Amino acid sequence: MAHAYTPGLRVSEKTVVRKERRLPIKGEVVVAKGDRVTSESIVARTHLPGNVQLVNVASKLGLPPEDLPSVMLKKGGDPIEKDEALAITQGFFGLFKSKVPSPCEGTVESISTVTGQVILREPPSPIEIDAYIDGEIVEIFPEEGVVVETVGTFIQGIFGVGGEKTGEIAVVVDGPGQPLDASLITEAHKGKIIVGGSHVKWDGLQKALEVGAAGIVVGGFDDPDLKRLLGRDLGVAITGHEDLATALILTEGFGEMAMAHGTFDLLKSREGKKASINGATQIRAGVIRPEIVVPLEADAESVQEAEGSITGLEIGSLIRAIREPHFGSLGRVTDLPNELRQMESESMVRVLMVEFEDGEQALLPRANVEMIEG
Amino acid sequence: MSENGKIKAIVATDCGSTTTKAILIKLVDGEYRLIVRGEAPTTVEAPFEDVTRGVLNAIREVEELSGHEILDGEDIIHPNDGTRGVDLYLSTSSAGGGLQMMVAGVVKSMTAESAERAALGAGSIVMDVMASNDGRLPHEQIERIRHLRPDMILLSGGIDGGTITHVVELGQIIAAADPKARLGAGYNLPVIYAGNKDATEEVVKLLEEKTSLYKVENLRPVLERENLGPARDKIHDLFMEHVMAQAPGYGKLMGWTDAPIMPTPGAVGSMIEAIANRQGIEVVGVDIGGATTDVFSVFQNTFNRTVSANLGMSYSVSNVLAEAGIDNVMRWVPFKLPELSVRNRIKNKMIRPTTVPQALDDLKLEQAIAREALRLAFVQHKNFAVSLKGVQQERTISEAFSQSASGATLVNMMDLDLLVGSGGVLSHAPRRQQAAMMLIDGFLPEGVTRLAVDSIFMMPQLGVLAEVHEQSATEVFDKDCLIHLGTLVAPVGTGQEGKPCIKLETTLPDGTAVNEDIPFGEMKVYPLGVGETASVKVTPARGFDAGAGPGKPFESTLSGGVVGLIVDTRGRPFNLPTDESERVKRLDKWAAAFDAYPTS
Repeated sequence: MAHAYTPGLRVSEKTVVRKERRLPIKGEVVVAKGDRVTSESIVARTHLPGNVQLVNVASKLGLPPEDLPSVMLKKGGDPIEKDEALAITQGFFGLFKSKVPSPCEGTVESISTVTGQVILREPPSPIEIDAYIDGEIVEIFPEEGVVVETVGTFIQGIFGVGGEKTGEIAVVVDGPGQPLDASLITEAHKGKIIVGGSHVKWDGLQKALEVGAAGIVVGGFDDPDLKRLLGRDLGVAITGHEDLATALILTEGFGEMAMAHGTFDLLKSREGKKASINGATQIRAGVIRPEIVVPLEADAESVQEAEGSITGLEIGSLIRAIREPHFGSLGRVTDLPNELRQMESESMVRVLMVEFEDGEQALLPRANVEMIEG
Repeated sequence: MSENGKIKAIVATDCGSTTTKAILIKLVDGEYRLIVRGEAPTTVEAPFEDVTRGVLNAIREVEELSGHEILDGEDIIHPNDGTRGVDLYLSTSSAGGGLQMMVAGVVKSMTAESAERAALGAGSIVMDVMASNDGRLPHEQIERIRHLRPDMILLSGGIDGGTITHVVELGQIIAAADPKARLGAGYNLPVIYAGNKDATEEVVKLLEEKTSLYKVENLRPVLERENLGPARDKIHDLFMEHVMAQAPGYGKLMGWTDAPIMPTPGAVGSMIEAIANRQGIEVVGVDIGGATTDVFSVFQNTFNRTVSANLGMSYSVSNVLAEAGIDNVMRWVPFKLPELSVRNRIKNKMIRPTTVPQALDDLKLEQAIAREALRLAFVQHKNFAVSLKGVQQERTISEAFSQSASGATLVNMMDLDLLVGSGGVLSHAPRRQQAAMMLIDGFLPEGVTRLAVDSIFMMPQLGVLAEVHEQSATEVFDKDCLIHLGTLVAPVGTGQEGKPCIKLETTLPDGTAVNEDIPFGEMKVYPLGVGETASVKVTPARGFDAGAGPGKPFESTLSGGVVGLIVDTRGRPFNLPTDESERVKRLDKWAAAFDAYPTS
């Protein structure tokens, strides 16, 4: 059998986290290799080309396109103000002149004698990229961006909405199985990343948005509430561009299910520390999962990395069932039979035997489990 | 490459977005047969970022299962020496999102639609269709091009000798957007110009410096005719040169293959086209994947392909719910399930797309979703597979009354001879009866239609193989790829439950005589195995048409399959009862007729 692996979400107490911060188009990098930065530091900036406006000058003046050059007051590359004349006809003996004003400020990009169009480009708009995490600049891509590196806690969620946020971690529940009720959220959580337990309901999320929390990290959430939050049924899991003041990260999935102990305990141990989170999720080619990064005061040498290693399932591996009928249950692998087995659905699949935390034993498709680190 | 006659062993892979599938074909007793199939996760993403890892893993599984040595370390042993190695290695790919294109044409329903057909036929996902009359302002079109970042753009417009103004305007819009390619920051976006030849010079002036511009023959040289071949071929070339070459590990993979890597849907499409041409029949094929559903058809000798980019069974499963609506999905579920539970289950499948249904109820829910995905994808296909629009037609008086306008759909379900299903949910359904039911409910064939599924989803590999060695592709396709499910007889018309619908008279191969009046609202399955045929007389009741016309009987020799001879008198158009308990009762009754699910 070829090497089979079961992908799991990363939950690392201490690891080296590197983040590429790239401009969408070439520009200027404003930091140097070795610089210490905070999440808010600007690392690169550029100008996005302005919008384009097309004006059919020939048709506005009732001329054939090839006559356009004779009436143009501007040539390609010239700057122009809004309402300034682009072209003017001579009229009769200097009377009845017709002119075409520019609909915007910008520059004349081109003049076509085939279509009679004049293309104007509006002034460019500036954009800046910040560092997103506290750390050190370890690599520069000239004119494009940087890599920021930090040593810290790194936790991946399964699904999220809302883009990059930073804030202090505030754990408001007693344990991973406790739901995050609205009553647990107060004004004191403004700008904080609230860690809940098993589930957040609509009123809890509303309260977090009201007080201006930077984010919520919780086990589960219901799909009808997601629909309400986004104002549409999410068809494909590509998120991160939502205009939400509070990012939401689910560590387990949809429905009510306790956050994994390891994840919860780790977040609890980082309470009060500054974290950078990103709800952006892309479950397509180039999978992106939401993440929580908590930079720590440590250097890269102190980390014994197992990064990039894909561990296979072994007897004793800690797993979580990720599909009915045991969805959300945690357990340890007790057997890995080689042959295909028939499920209740009559599907023939590769399986594993698991003993759940409550002692129950079950045969599960290998595709329906997720490995949990630690 | 070896000569055709000497080819004894072939390995072919299909690098999908989640799984890489390998098949081994060998010459056994003078004919080509599938030996084994292996699969492994695709490795385009981190931490591997090298597609060849997944390819090697899948081939290694083939080696282990077949005992035929193919690899020497990380090299494919070439050629086959009788005991080890292969003579041909080929591959298709849809990994990394496949081929994503934007197309442009002057008139939305004419040249833009022809351009879309060319791009889809080449196996691409069309991200947007831009046209001079698409209702968007130029700055909106420019914004869209910048935002989308396609792999390439196909620009068409104008018939040869016609006005050049509009197509040049489109060129200006593309130039103003200064588009960037999706992959690889360091190269120019490929743009194929396939429009009015008289505008070529102007288009070159506009786009030559800003893009990698390629010129091919006009894809609509005259209104009455499309010429899609040159544009389609150029798309394939550029897919290899630009898109594949940028994807991780493909440079290496391209060095291994004996023929160019084809986009997966392009390969499946050429297989479907080959079936239709070889047998002289009207065919519909569907490939329902995790992210997308492709529908292919050949009607009136015209090949069409559509891709429903966001209808699928894993990545896009939630979008099926969003587009179909919860009621349409739940109408196929033969038990009660709270909406909250359905919604959460579907979202959990979306975020963990590789899970499989373990419980029977979960399987039934998944197959309910599949029916809706198939239905929606087919609606899109019917709307796209149309005769050329804008063509003047000469009509006789009688035709003028029937008003078969230009732009009418080519898809005629009554003329459909063969419906082929492919993709995990159909090919891997635990019972073939389930696949038959999903195909019938999703497509609602009319009259007499043969049903089949791709046994293990190997049409992509056979499609690319057919390009270089047709004999082996054809032999494996006929013997090992298609699983014939049987023949469906489904009269058109509606009636009251229990009232007469059709009469069926035949003698089955085991000698059983059938002389049955089948009332409206039933599903019946008669044993008629693979390779068996039966002479069947079908007499529809008044108001029903089973293929020969309303109320007209006919006799025909029908072929069997692993399911058998199927009669569906549920009516066309088809409606399910709105009363929940009645609906569940009927779903259970129809499933029982097929013996589709285990009974507890």
